Amino acid sequence: MKQGIFTLERTRQLTGDVWELRLSGDTSAVTAPGQFVNIELPGKFLRRPISVCDWDQEGLTLLVKEAGEGTKELVRLPAGTELNVLSGLGNGFDIAAAPEGAVLVGGGIGAAPLCGLARRMLAAGRRPALILGFRSREDAFYLEEFAALGVDVLTATEDGTLGARGFVTDVLKTLPGCTCVLACGPTPMLRAVHALPQLTGGQFSFEARMACGFGACVGCTIETRAGLRRVCKDGPVFRKEDILW
Amino acid sequence: MVDLSVHLAGVTLKNPIIPASGTFGYGREFADTYDLDILGAFSWKGTTRDPRPGNPQPRIAETASGMLNAVGLQNPGMEAVLREEVPWIAEHFHGPVIANVCGFSLEEYAENCRALEDAEQVKILEVNISCPNVHAGGKNFGSDPKSAAAVTRAVRAATKKPVFLKLSPNVTDIAEIARACADEGADGLCLINTLLGMRIDLNTKRPLLANRTGGLSGPAVFPVAVRMVWDVYEAVPKLPIIGCGGVDSAGAAAEMLLAGASAVEVGAANLRDPWACKTIIEDLPGVCQRLGVDKISDLTGGAHHGE
Repeated sequence: MKQGIFTLERTRQLTGDVWELRLSGDTSAVTAPGQFVNIELPGKFLRRPISVCDWDQEGLTLLVKEAGEGTKELVRLPAGTELNVLSGLGNGFDIAAAPEGAVLVGGGIGAAPLCGLARRMLAAGRRPALILGFRSREDAFYLEEFAALGVDVLTATEDGTLGARGFVTDVLKTLPGCTCVLACGPTPMLRAVHALPQLTGGQFSFEARMACGFGACVGCTIETRAGLRRVCKDGPVFRKEDILW
Repeated sequence: MVDLSVHLAGVTLKNPIIPASGTFGYGREFADTYDLDILGAFSWKGTTRDPRPGNPQPRIAETASGMLNAVGLQNPGMEAVLREEVPWIAEHFHGPVIANVCGFSLEEYAENCRALEDAEQVKILEVNISCPNVHAGGKNFGSDPKSAAAVTRAVRAATKKPVFLKLSPNVTDIAEIARACADEGADGLCLINTLLGMRIDLNTKRPLLANRTGGLSGPAVFPVAVRMVWDVYEAVPKLPIIGCGGVDSAGAAAEMLLAGASAVEVGAANLRDPWACKTIIEDLPGVCQRLGVDKISDLTGGAHHGE
């Protein structure tokens, strides 16, 4: 964990409520895709935990969905704003532990960390397939960015306006050879994916309301097969076999 | 050179800053952020006899200038703390440890205090009679003078270590509770625990916290804490007070001392800024100089005296 000042370089609206933010600053504490940062906002007591979409030596790319007052303000901050950021939080995805053929699965804003994950898997000589689920075509984002990386993107929308009609699980069922996923998305999606009988393994990134983001307040504790675990410090990525619903 | 040392019932702290129970775990999460030995002491997570998983999610909600928590005393239980945490603490922190002890009966309070008798580094027992997030068949022991007195009596008989009762602000007259603890031989008092609060989720139209209510902490409670420290100092001037509630700066710590505290716990500030205690400690000498004292302990109760 590192505390540092990051400068908001630019923001770009991707959909009605999803924005891309580019921040410059010291990213040396970020070690794995799926980790998150916790951002202090003026006038807010608690920081806002945001998954890292991608990073390089110069800075971070974050995808932020407007969920409440804090995130609404965050995405509307002017370029040049300096933000106090705790970086390098949590345990991300473990690429080495993912078998060949593991499929990336994202739902809504859960697509964010899969970008940095896909880039690093490709750099490691892997060529993962990616399934993204959205409510509708107008909610979809980052399809071009993922395609530019060189991953094969399959999509599902609930209303069928883009890709397959239905959920990411409907697409997964058409890939019976897929026995392992690296997934991030809303809890109902994670749960449905986790329940697919074809899966023998996988890594699932969780979301929780948290205060500190580094394990001190135990506000985000969940029960797992391995005992009580903090989403922020022990997760947010958990192994399939450890997850209880 | 400003003398930052303070004394609590015969225990010397190198400075008055103590991370508050429930915001510092058993110290592990902060050992990577700064040298724990800079702290005056630290108060570990409220510990019960049996392991507790705590309350269901969500347990955290934001408020104006603060937060609600309904963690519900999640802790690994006294035996695991003695086995796993006490030896770890001895390796990473060399000052006095304040053990926050909880219970659901007088017997459990006494048993938990006895269990710590041989833990040499534990210099003060902070007996938590004020957690708002657990439901043990009714109100907590800190909510009336009689039950507060009963807990004090039970723990006083169970241990030789100094006993500080951690008081609830969710009472009509905190001074009355303080007097009841003093009369039964409390060595000191710690106040305040969190204020009971609630938020409603406008999406679901239901309470935001699964526990419905939670404890309010952060700068929002600071003036309430200062006022209650003031009242308790007037009511039981002989007992040392650990002031707690919304302290997030050296200036706020000094206010607590002037109101009557001998030492200061820093709680929610640690969650927003993991380096909060370090910054406050570093800023204390400057605040003392501004206030014209060479010894920080001279600030205690200063607001009650003189014109």
